[in-house]
Amino acid sequence: MDARKSFLSWPVMRQLTGTDRLGRGAAAKSAHTSALTARTETADRVVQSVCPYCAVGCGQRVFVKDGKVVQIEGDPDSPISRGRLCPKGSASEQLVNSPGRQTAMLYRRPFGTDWEPLDLETATDMVADRIIASRTAGWQDVDQNGRALRRTMGFAALGGATLDNEENYLIKKLFTALGAIQIENQARI
Amino acid sequence: MSNRLFGPLDPAPDAGWQDAPARKGFLTDTSICIGCKACEVACKEWNAIPEDGLSLLGSSYDNTGSLGASTWRHVAFIEQPMASTRATRPSVPVDLGMPSVGLRDAPQDPTSEQATSAQATDAQATDAQATTGKADFRWLMSSDVCKHCTHAACLDVCPTGSLFRTEFGTVVVQDDICNGCGYCVPACPFGVIERRTDDAARVDGSGLRTIVNKVKRVDKVPEKRVRDKNVGIAQKCTLCYDRLSAGNTPACAQACPTQSIQFGDVDELRERAQVRMEQLHAQGVPEARLYGADPGDGIGGAGAMFLLLDEPEVYGLPPDPVVTTKDLAAMWRKAGLAALAMLGGAAVSFLGGRS
Amino acid sequence: MAECHPVGFQWVMEAKARGARIIHIDPRFTRTSALADQHVPLRAGSDIVFLGGIVNYILTNESYFRDYVVAYTNAATLVSDDFQDVDDLDGVFSGYDPETGTYDSTSWAYKGAAEQAAAANGEAAASDSDDGGGDDIESDESQASGHELGGRGASHEGAAQVHRDETLENPHCVFQVLKRHYTRYTPEMVERMCGVSQDDFLAVCEAVTVNSGRERTTAWVYSVGWTQHSVGVQYIRGAAIIQLLLGNMGRPGGGILALRGHASIQGSTDIPTLFNILPGYLPMPKAAEHDSLKEYLSTISSDTQKGFWTEARAYTVSLLKAWWGDAATADNEYCFDYLPRLSGDHGTYQTTMAMVDGLVEGYFLLGQNPAVGSAHGRMQRLGMSHLKWLVVRDFNLIESATFWKDGPEIATGELRTQDIGTEVFFFPAASHVEKDGTFTQTQRMLQWHHQAVEPPGDARSELHFFYTLGKKIRQRLAASADERDRPVLDLTWDYGVQGVDGGEEPSADAVLREINGWHLTGEDHSGRGDLLSSFIEMKPDGSTAGGCWIYSGVYAGGVNHAASRKPGQEQSWVAPEWGWAWPANRRLLYNRASADPQGRPWSKRKAYVWWDESSGKWTGHDVPDFPATKDPAYRPEPGTAGPAGLAGDDPFIMQADGKGWLFAPTGLLDGPMPAHYEPQESPVRNPFYSQQANPTRQVFKRKDNPSNPSGDRPGTDVFPFVFTTYRLTEHHTAGGMSRWSPYLAELQPEFFCEVSPELARERGLENAGWATIVTARTAIEARVLVTERIRPLVIDGRQIHQIGLPYHWGVGGGGAIVSGDSANDLLGLTLDPNVHIQESKASTCDIQPGRRPTGPALLRFVEEYRSRAGITVETSNVLRNEPASDNTPSSKPEGRAHE
Repeated sequence: MDARKSFLSWPVMRQLTGTDRLGRGAAAKSAHTSALTARTETADRVVQSVCPYCAVGCGQRVFVKDGKVVQIEGDPDSPISRGRLCPKGSASEQLVNSPGRQTAMLYRRPFGTDWEPLDLETATDMVADRIIASRTAGWQDVDQNGRALRRTMGFAALGGATLDNEENYLIKKLFTALGAIQIENQARI
Repeated sequence: MSNRLFGPLDPAPDAGWQDAPARKGFLTDTSICIGCKACEVACKEWNAIPEDGLSLLGSSYDNTGSLGASTWRHVAFIEQPMASTRATRPSVPVDLGMPSVGLRDAPQDPTSEQATSAQATDAQATDAQATTGKADFRWLMSSDVCKHCTHAACLDVCPTGSLFRTEFGTVVVQDDICNGCGYCVPACPFGVIERRTDDAARVDGSGLRTIVNKVKRVDKVPEKRVRDKNVGIAQKCTLCYDRLSAGNTPACAQACPTQSIQFGDVDELRERAQVRMEQLHAQGVPEARLYGADPGDGIGGAGAMFLLLDEPEVYGLPPDPVVTTKDLAAMWRKAGLAALAMLGGAAVSFLGGRS
Repeated sequence: MAECHPVGFQWVMEAKARGARIIHIDPRFTRTSALADQHVPLRAGSDIVFLGGIVNYILTNESYFRDYVVAYTNAATLVSDDFQDVDDLDGVFSGYDPETGTYDSTSWAYKGAAEQAAAANGEAAASDSDDGGGDDIESDESQASGHELGGRGASHEGAAQVHRDETLENPHCVFQVLKRHYTRYTPEMVERMCGVSQDDFLAVCEAVTVNSGRERTTAWVYSVGWTQHSVGVQYIRGAAIIQLLLGNMGRPGGGILALRGHASIQGSTDIPTLFNILPGYLPMPKAAEHDSLKEYLSTISSDTQKGFWTEARAYTVSLLKAWWGDAATADNEYCFDYLPRLSGDHGTYQTTMAMVDGLVEGYFLLGQNPAVGSAHGRMQRLGMSHLKWLVVRDFNLIESATFWKDGPEIATGELRTQDIGTEVFFFPAASHVEKDGTFTQTQRMLQWHHQAVEPPGDARSELHFFYTLGKKIRQRLAASADERDRPVLDLTWDYGVQGVDGGEEPSADAVLREINGWHLTGEDHSGRGDLLSSFIEMKPDGSTAGGCWIYSGVYAGGVNHAASRKPGQEQSWVAPEWGWAWPANRRLLYNRASADPQGRPWSKRKAYVWWDESSGKWTGHDVPDFPATKDPAYRPEPGTAGPAGLAGDDPFIMQADGKGWLFAPTGLLDGPMPAHYEPQESPVRNPFYSQQANPTRQVFKRKDNPSNPSGDRPGTDVFPFVFTTYRLTEHHTAGGMSRWSPYLAELQPEFFCEVSPELARERGLENAGWATIVTARTAIEARVLVTERIRPLVIDGRQIHQIGLPYHWGVGGGGAIVSGDSANDLLGLTLDPNVHIQESKASTCDIQPGRRPTGPALLRFVEEYRSRAGITVETSNVLRNEPASDNTPSSKPEGRAHE
């Protein structure tokens, strides 16, 4: 940095030459401050979304820059929430960008004492194999009176209240076709 | 251009801003605050302020404690039995750890203003109790913030020009200029501004996160947290200067679910506050009062004013704040040399800070 | 509401600013109470006394909305002469079987219909008796009739033609039955059992009645804690009776609003990840009862009832066509046989117990943390330790993912990491901004959220995961000739589009289109035609497909209406062009009731929908919830069934008789009207009758599920305090989406209990100090908040203390910013019989100052408590308390045992 040039642009100099003789206002504004821009203004795009916490369904605006979420705030257009968010909704950006968020697949082998890495494709294959095996192990064709059950008690699921309708639809559809009936979510709790 | 340090004035033009927009500020109407702390989170999220401690304070639902370098909005919770409760409940020997609770500790001198107001409230509560079962207990909540004083002592004492008056009439720290001298900290009559301390102590050498008060080791999840920014320098509410420049509402006011925090032109907010107070008085809430709304007060009126339901002290606010630099001009005349030395010191710290 | 739905509460504050009176009825003084005009603290578990007291007040003071009640409710309908009330039978309704702990509800039916219903029930009973037992398949037929109902109402034989007395004077009419039933629910009784002064109670009664009628409406709002009782369904029924009597249903500013706590928990019930229902509240078929499609449909609705449920065949066949496409034909009953059959309660707690018993191999956790969020945390964790494999899909390493290394049972020595054989897969999940899809919020509104960014690292949406999993399973089974694999192989499973990286991604849009449904074209109905515009277009002949009939119309005209985003400020206050609400974009259900029987608004200021004589149509601010051109004066031929059977003044179009039910003649397993029963664990004796608790509640007599003694039984004083659990504004349920967030964690960093100054003094508890809270299950420790927001109540002449426990914290978990003991560990499992939801809002405990013991000492500490209280598996689990009996449990019928 050119110290001399920088010195001339110092607030002290501007204060002596401008309208702000005490150097508390216009003259004191730094170059850095002048360059400040709200990241809502510089975002590449704004995407309308819905808060993921409770069931009020507040509107959110998601600001995206370079493929990253840079800000999530209330959507003033929403007739439900009118742009407002509670503390949880206001923390949505942290939920998405949290440095502590677990973004790598992890595996714990039976009787293992710690996590191990595992690639996603292999993990999904392993789960598919286990579903088929447990489905068979827990299969019930008929009840004690010979009436059709056509189901498996070998595996179960819990969850769905935080998921999308489309996701729940696929879960229920797939599990029902497999004969799995023990599918539950928070609505029972 | 008066450059005065006391009395009513419009601060932005006074600080050399030509064609300044109308002065911007907050009105925090505590009568509709639900204590949700959305303001605290929205503020932190927008301004990327680090987490500020993980201790349960035992002070109602307040675990933030006070405004500070890493807390620019703070919601106070005051649990306040009305006098009628004292008659129906046995005395309480346990220390509730509350900030001083107004009515319980109110002076018993019947001539004092506070006692009179308390009695009026009691009578109100008792009447209401008999007819409608109105609660004999209050839980007051209020979101505190920098007052953006008309006469801001922090700004007046700042030797570097880091603290400056914006065109919106607000008072903002410029992170790139502040050298962390800390003069502003004791100057603030509200105890708002503070220097941020180093957060590095919270991460141990192994990269594992240590939790304050819990000493809890976690899984081998790497400590991805970056070192807090702006360590050592003064920090406080900017009234979201960057958002204002873009024509947006500050993050806290935008989030506030009940519009307890209102943002707007200070003149208009002041009128709105007056109307709201009169409305509450008419509705039988005689204790409603305004704070920071009087341009004739010791700070020339605040840019962030409040509608309170009790004495300011109950909320942890000074009852009669006065700008600490009220007499600074006179002092300067007597101590010009010292002032020059201060300026010299500022130049040195600039060069040091930019090397 | 201010606590858990702050942004929704803005509307309450706005109403208050416009003069509305806000009353908050809650054991605790919360942030909602702080803003209310009146806070009414009551004893947790006493709500039916309070609600029944209001009903009694309304009837005694004749402050009901008579025109509404006579025309729109079943008040005038005559009930079977055989019906006997709880006061006649010492705490049970007629039809109770003490051997099974269940009701035969034949005698609750409408007069005349009872004979038909008796025939139907006799058939069911006969099939029960066929159960030989002897193998390991659960057979719980007695419980299997109610839990399928979901939001569906109930089939009622002959409901299209009932006997009515519109003078409301016949002693057998619902109105008179109701009046007799609530006679004992006096202000004195409310004071005695709820701990609410008569003045406070009467102020509430006066406020809600004065504020109801032609010109005004009152809304009741509950958070789902109301459902978490052994009489949970009856709590909501209590509010429904009040709202019907006051004419507050189907009208603007009225209703009963359930505040639900998850972004799409409504959606996950509509399109259920629940065992008992199929999409759109169609029941899952039951073994033995539903061998054919015809049998199945006959239990959904009767040919002799009114309303839209008689169209269930169209909804069911469309669903089957959506799932099994061309394989579903008229000849094979549209693959109805492909559906697995239920044989009782297969709810989450049954599954947990089955896991403990080694009967379940695999478990998926999808954004859910049962180690912290479900009742009886210890049983949840022990259950998972018996699994062969566990899949956890979440954002963070929640406690349910790490129980094997750092759960509380590792600390006590009950489990050792190297002995736990559970294979655990942790799949990182995509967040709401990383995928397209719809949430259905608490008022049935679907809102599409657009994908903003790609999910990071290995994170994927559930859509991606299950679509991929489905493909992999189908590939593995492709060569199978086994008949049991046909449903998987015949499944329509084609949602793929090209993703950003060139690979195949599932399209949420394609799934939503299937949910909406389309016309099938061609002779064999194999082509895809136009999207359905409404469920009215669904056909019973296989010529339409649609995955969820109540959502049909969300994609009407090929437009995704869930994505409608016309700014609120640019449309009417009903805002119909923001999102899409089921059914048919109606924002207020049963809104025909907002007009009088002649179709005119009850009053100008409460106008909502009305009959427009000139156009011969219903019109108004919302989509009318009524056949659009049905004249208010229309009267069907007596006995006409289905939608055609609805008269022009039958606003409750999904009910079997078109009326709002003050008395439920069918459909509930624990009584046609709410009657007060104490919680499973209570320090108070039920003053109404010998029967202490709900005689049909689901109890589980297992050694690992002990209950505290209750009422006047010995040992009750070992656990003298009532505790209730709840959420705080700053956290979200079990903490998976809040305790990992520094900004939320710092606001409520530690688990705490809230106690009154009086209890603090009695037990030596210090503010900000530590306390240990103990039940028969375990002991946990919490920091103490001493607060006057909690107040002791005088119940039945004794002071009763209540303790508040937020349940967000857990022990273990990877990387949580804050952690602590879990309040849900204190709970045992006792369920509401209708919906199998646990009682978690009113239980008993002890509290002591200081921290709890750690390690094996914790187990000994709790065992000492159990021993002191004399707890056995029978304790509090006796379903029927006979009059004037002694206290020995062995003299009681055992009821249903779930060993």
